[in-house]
Amino acid sequence: MKVIMSGNEATARGAWEGGARFASAYPGTPSTEILENMPQYGAECYSEWAPNEKVATEAAIGASIAGVRSFCAMKHVGMNVAADPIYTFAYTGVTGGFVMVVADDPGQHSSQNEQDNRNQAKAARLLMLEPSDSQESKDFMKKAFALSERFDMPVLFHVTTRTCHSKGLVELGDREEAEVPDYEPKIRKYVTAPANAKVLRATLEDRIAAAREFSNDCEFNRVEMFDTKIGVITSGISYQYAKETFGENASYLKLGLTFPMPDKLIKDFCSKVDKVYIVEEMDPYIEEFVKTLGIECTGKDVIPRFDELNTDIVRKAFLGVEPETYTTDMKTVVRPPALCAGCPHRGLFYALSKRKGIMITGDIGCYTLGMAAPLNALHSCICMGASISQGHGASIAFRDAGKDTKVVSVIGDSTFFHTGVNSLMDAVYNSGSNLSIILDNRITGMTGHQQNPGTGYTLMGKEAPEVDIPALCKAIGVKEDNIITVNPNHLDEVNAALDKLLPKDEPCVLITRWPCVLKKFSQQDIDEFPTLHKTQCVIDQDKCKNCKMCVKTGCPALISTKEKVVIDKTSCNGCTVCKQVCPFKAIEEVTR
Amino acid sequence: MSEVKNILLVGVGGQGTILASKILTSGLIKAGYDVKMSEIHGMSQRGGSVSTQVRYGDKVYSPIVGKGSADVIVAFEEMEALRWLDHLKIGGKMVINDYRIQPVPVNLGAAEYPEGIIEHLKEKCEVLSFKAAEVATELGNPKAMNIVLLGALVKAMGLDEIDWDAEIEANVKAKFIDLNKKAFHAGYSL
Repeated sequence: MKVIMSGNEATARGAWEGGARFASAYPGTPSTEILENMPQYGAECYSEWAPNEKVATEAAIGASIAGVRSFCAMKHVGMNVAADPIYTFAYTGVTGGFVMVVADDPGQHSSQNEQDNRNQAKAARLLMLEPSDSQESKDFMKKAFALSERFDMPVLFHVTTRTCHSKGLVELGDREEAEVPDYEPKIRKYVTAPANAKVLRATLEDRIAAAREFSNDCEFNRVEMFDTKIGVITSGISYQYAKETFGENASYLKLGLTFPMPDKLIKDFCSKVDKVYIVEEMDPYIEEFVKTLGIECTGKDVIPRFDELNTDIVRKAFLGVEPETYTTDMKTVVRPPALCAGCPHRGLFYALSKRKGIMITGDIGCYTLGMAAPLNALHSCICMGASISQGHGASIAFRDAGKDTKVVSVIGDSTFFHTGVNSLMDAVYNSGSNLSIILDNRITGMTGHQQNPGTGYTLMGKEAPEVDIPALCKAIGVKEDNIITVNPNHLDEVNAALDKLLPKDEPCVLITRWPCVLKKFSQQDIDEFPTLHKTQCVIDQDKCKNCKMCVKTGCPALISTKEKVVIDKTSCNGCTVCKQVCPFKAIEEVTR
Repeated sequence: MSEVKNILLVGVGGQGTILASKILTSGLIKAGYDVKMSEIHGMSQRGGSVSTQVRYGDKVYSPIVGKGSADVIVAFEEMEALRWLDHLKIGGKMVINDYRIQPVPVNLGAAEYPEGIIEHLKEKCEVLSFKAAEVATELGNPKAMNIVLLGALVKAMGLDEIDWDAEIEANVKAKFIDLNKKAFHAGYSL
């Protein structure tokens, strides 16, 4: 029976069919739904959210060493965080089959950079599989575990936004159970002290050589012969665009196993066609390898090196054909994403936007949108956990340069657990003076509401201990008097805390605690925040002077025209920030 | 091999194109088509422009609807219809919800919402426009506007051989089945 599945759902299904018993991940678009789809397979495969990708990878490595088939999943930049363990695990190899799912985001739909992690498979020397649709996501993932065991190498399972988030029909299969051996220590294999690691480094080349032989004649790499004037070498989603562009006017070498690259297969294919085209997204990964074989080919000289591909781009690049379209001179207005109506971050950013002479270092999450007009209250965003460490460095730099610029660092709860804790330790240990603001909205927001170590629940729905953020900050060394928790919807509370903490010349922490308005509230949320969703705001048009002060909060529930401002009843969640900034007391809070 | 058909559902994050496209793809699969559907999740959901792309035929490769190739574009919001105009196939049809969601730059006075979009588009291509929210409200719940739009889409694509009532029953919560069936048929009859 065929069912429609996204690539992520299919990857999860493939893991279950492949006998996986352990899965760990940190959420990140476009990879998040892979782990979200694991709990449905129950106790046959334990699954968890880890605090970050390095931890997820190490946990899955532990499970592999214990002898079970395991995997971890992450977005592309997560692999940078997890690079430390995986580059060495490549040396040791596996006991239970091990797969690292890495989801790249060509086109940066939801990411701060665009990196082609196929390069990391080559650099770390990991077997690499690249599915091109949902069916292959399921099939390749299922087979990845046995492949990992056969060559004693971890597998990098490389997917992209389009394979992750597109849906297609998938023929399902049954689960293959893998035996779990009794534990026996393998010290020479797994203790990478230099004496052992040097031996492992040498044997890794043997393992790669064996895998290369396999890649030349395996089910993952497929030749489709049609017209031989053009031969297309391609992998992943790019295969689909190539097929639509050339149809049966070209032959194809469709690669699914792309590290190690199949040298003989490529040479053989290229000898049978007149011209070789390489169709791939982002970097010239395949192209550079083909060129090392001394084969002439056309690729990145006509296809862009960045952004997402599609059939239109491939067709224009190779055939010079552009589609006929309707055109118009009428201009549309952009729709930049904005903090939601009732978002608990709005009150904090509104208060920060009114402070002069501060630098605001930011981080990765919904609150990155604090940068947007009209708030403009976030000045940097580099990577997960960087706000506090950057803020520390900046605060020292300002101090030593004799500047009185104060530094505020803004970070979400989940991002703080991810890699912000170490940064705070740095600021405290080295006598920094930045004010770290931890925006605790009781969930991992941007990726669509995943539990984390601060929420009290696990991925599999079990109750869990909660990290006590103030106690953690205190344990790191922040003075108790310098830690304040506020309701961010109350501007007077936020401002009083900023007034108290900003002048201090030592590390301080402000915690804003209020749930994301879109999350499914737990009983604990309902008990702790009894006014959630109970009220809404309305504008008394008789009192309103149309001064637009409320609009400057940037709330999308406020609809402003030349004549007046109204609050959209279907959007307002009753945070009352607009009410608090209205100079004419024209906004009332009413029961919903 | 029959030609691949392309449908675009476009709107603003939070308008709920998901259920409409779920029912649509489920019906197409029952009818024996190969189907691919693509959505982008993530940051764009926070009030940004969103699209769901549906392609069906004997065999579908790319999940993306290219420029100049959509047989029908269903716009849940009028400016989104204008934004995606270049994706409409020459001779294709627009189904437009006569409904505006003001983007942030307009709210802040930094830009103006373009006037006369629907009339402008009618001069270029075949357009069916109506107030889907009002149609749904008359039936009892404005939230059923997505299914009104689905009905109009099915009519525009000529997908009459599929039992859409059965698909609604299979994909909608029990207490909303009647409402959604009415909404579908209201949209189909427009």
